[in-house]
Amino acid sequence: MQFESISDFFNMGGYAFYVWLAYGVTFSSLAVLVFQSVKQKNKVLKQIAQKLAREERLKQNRSNNESKT
Amino acid sequence: MWKWLHPYADPERAYQLAGKLLPWFSILALGLILTGTIWGLMFAPTDYQQGDSYRIIFIHVPAASMSMAAYMGMAISAFIGLVWQIKAADWAAASIAPIGAVITFIALFTGATWGKPMWGTWWVWDARLTSELVLLFLYLGVISLYASFEDKVLAARAAGILAIVGVINIPIIKYSVEWWSSLHQPSTIKITEESAMPTEMLIPLLINIFGFGMMIGALTLVRFRAEVLARNGMRPWVRKLAQEQGAA
Repeated sequence: MQFESISDFFNMGGYAFYVWLAYGVTFSSLAVLVFQSVKQKNKVLKQIAQKLAREERLKQNRSNNESKT
Repeated sequence: MWKWLHPYADPERAYQLAGKLLPWFSILALGLILTGTIWGLMFAPTDYQQGDSYRIIFIHVPAASMSMAAYMGMAISAFIGLVWQIKAADWAAASIAPIGAVITFIALFTGATWGKPMWGTWWVWDARLTSELVLLFLYLGVISLYASFEDKVLAARAAGILAIVGVINIPIIKYSVEWWSSLHQPSTIKITEESAMPTEMLIPLLINIFGFGMMIGALTLVRFRAEVLARNGMRPWVRKLAQEQGAA
């Protein structure tokens, strides 16, 4: 361990603001990217499922109309 | 080779292969980045010139070098997609672009927070910084071109041509610190000669570089899988998957 104490570690030899700003922004933007990437697959599957349900409804409407005439 | 490679151009098999590779990339990425970052922040020695501000290097250099590596990956995929008309390669290129843009942003941002205490300024318009900013715009251009066309075959062609032309920027970034005088220091890691860095700093840096590479790989696989599903919505296997997982 390079630092004497925890407060020494957080102080980063006087460069705390710059070091923690760099690390903070890096890992929060990575977190957003990971979250958004993982969510994408479910979003796509949901859209396809909705499209399928809509097609199913249209098909049923059509057959209903045909049976009336 | 093509006979062996060809089955993986089939979307369903590409999707499954990506799913099989994903856990390995994710575990490696997480383990390496965690190790490299903790090592770099807590255990690597303090720099005699720059004090502890230099610890930004453990994310800045991995982000910067991988922003270029990811670009090459994207351009090569786009090239394969254009020349051999392999759609899976186009989808891979489209998956890398947003990841590369975020990594490039990180390289620029951590560079600024390192530049301020060391150079006294967040930003200068010198060759290294400007060419890296151009890289960010290239990524954004590829993303927007791919998003602008309803027909994704056409979209991949347009975005792919931009990606390939933009490769000219990569050697400019790489050699900018040698070709022009710059505030930016020359590279610390050299492949052919001894690196200008003590081993106790070099090891965590290399760990994080590989970690970032694995992370980009893992994220590419995740986005590639979603892209395969989005482009193959009419196929029975995707429809089955949508009914099982997307209906809830």
